[in-house]
Amino acid sequence: MLMRPTPQPAGPLYVCDAGHPRRLERALEDLATGFRRWRLAAALAGLDIRNRYRGSVLGPFWLSLSTAIMVVALGILYSALFKLPLADYLPFLAVSLIIWNLISQIVTDACTSLTSSEGIIRQLPLPYTVHALRCVFRNAVVAAHSLPLILLVFLACGHLPGPGAVLALPGLALMAVNAFAVALFLGMLCARFRDIAPIVGSVMQLAFFVSPVIWKPELLAEKQVWLPLNPFYTVMETVRGPLLDSGAPLLIWASAIGFTLLTCAAAFAFFVRFRGRIAFWV
Amino acid sequence: MPHILAEGLAIEFPLYHVGARSLKKRLLAKTPLRLRQDESNRVVVSALRDLSFGIGRGERVALVGHNGAGKTTLLRTLAGVYEPVAGRLEVQGSIGTLIDPAAGMDQDSTGRENIMLRALFRGLSDAEGQAMAEEVGRFSGLGEFLDVPVRTYSAGMQVRLSFAMATVMAPEVLLMDEWFLAGDAEFMARAQERLERLVSDADILVLATHNMEVVRDWCTRAIRLDAGRIVADGPVAAVLEEAAGG
Repeated sequence: MLMRPTPQPAGPLYVCDAGHPRRLERALEDLATGFRRWRLAAALAGLDIRNRYRGSVLGPFWLSLSTAIMVVALGILYSALFKLPLADYLPFLAVSLIIWNLISQIVTDACTSLTSSEGIIRQLPLPYTVHALRCVFRNAVVAAHSLPLILLVFLACGHLPGPGAVLALPGLALMAVNAFAVALFLGMLCARFRDIAPIVGSVMQLAFFVSPVIWKPELLAEKQVWLPLNPFYTVMETVRGPLLDSGAPLLIWASAIGFTLLTCAAAFAFFVRFRGRIAFWV
Repeated sequence: MPHILAEGLAIEFPLYHVGARSLKKRLLAKTPLRLRQDESNRVVVSALRDLSFGIGRGERVALVGHNGAGKTTLLRTLAGVYEPVAGRLEVQGSIGTLIDPAAGMDQDSTGRENIMLRALFRGLSDAEGQAMAEEVGRFSGLGEFLDVPVRTYSAGMQVRLSFAMATVMAPEVLLMDEWFLAGDAEFMARAQERLERLVSDADILVLATHNMEVVRDWCTRAIRLDAGRIVADGPVAAVLEEAAGG
């Protein structure tokens, strides 16, 4: 028995004209079909995680364990350095570090979103959106293994956030949107220029120290007004604010959404212009 | 109606990770044939140059030529992997590719998981994926090995699984590279029958091969590529004879 997967009388038409490239149309089509085929991206992301921890006893729970160790160790050290009571400082540090790790992992992973799928890209015509989505799903699995730790720390320290904590969900959604845009943008950029990935690595390291991750923003005193210009801080604060205090100020949200729109616009423009070149870059 | 139409098709591979300067020295030493620098001073390989041809319904086309003549690149371009830098390409009809047997295969997954993955790659639903797993399992004759990671398969078993997965479809335009001629004898007999049916069901076949016997048996038309250009295009006998004569 031979199967005809989609019986179409005329069959789909594939036209590619270098003189009349229809770039915008094809990029939109790529995004639409890519999102429609999210199940493929999810399956590939699942395989990525499974293969990464193949044969290990704890599997992806190593992520949870190593994060937990880091939070507790740094919590004890810095609460002593900053002379803050551990029960006050630990919830702050747990939320900060876990969200920061997530952001930093997404950005680093985004650099290889396309080059790691080289084998598929050069053999099978698939929407490139699938590869970016794969990267997002992969990091969502990682997030699912570290975010619950926040709850544990909160319970242990007796810090109970109010009902405003649900506002962290839109914050996480904003991070997912950013993750997709960054995966597409950095994925393409790093496929073309192989020096970008190490640069991104250094930038993320620097960003860790200049963003209020282990230190509280209040320590900056009057220089705090500059903080909304730090995209890492504002995006992080949309999740951290609702969990620690009653929510993030409007200015933070405006800045985070602004930066998100900026990344999306840059990614989209780049994608429209250079989509056809990706197969030659990877 | 299924058809393929190419007008002035060109594909160039940029060589980004080669120093243009050192390459230039090397190029001056030997006469450059297909390496050149484009307008923005990038070094590029002209893989396909100014190809124009039309393939209509019912045609069985063999792509012949030396290694590196551009056969596989042309197949991938027809499949939609590479976008041409110049010219126009039109392919009407559902496309099936048998280019790389291992494409999209996960070595750590079992045979069955790989089949389901392939179904997702093709955009099939769960039920269609299940049906495909049944059919592939039966045809490949892997039996209990279907639930063992592909990593542990012998080369022959891998070919059988790839072949079964790749051929469980009935595309209108079939693009095929010659890898499928590998495999053990008993399996090849069955494979041959399946391929022949696939080929005869497809409206258009484009086959890249070095095996002239296959070309004579299956194809009605041959296109000879040399250094990315079409040097001969016509009935199989004429094209093959010309090469033998020249």
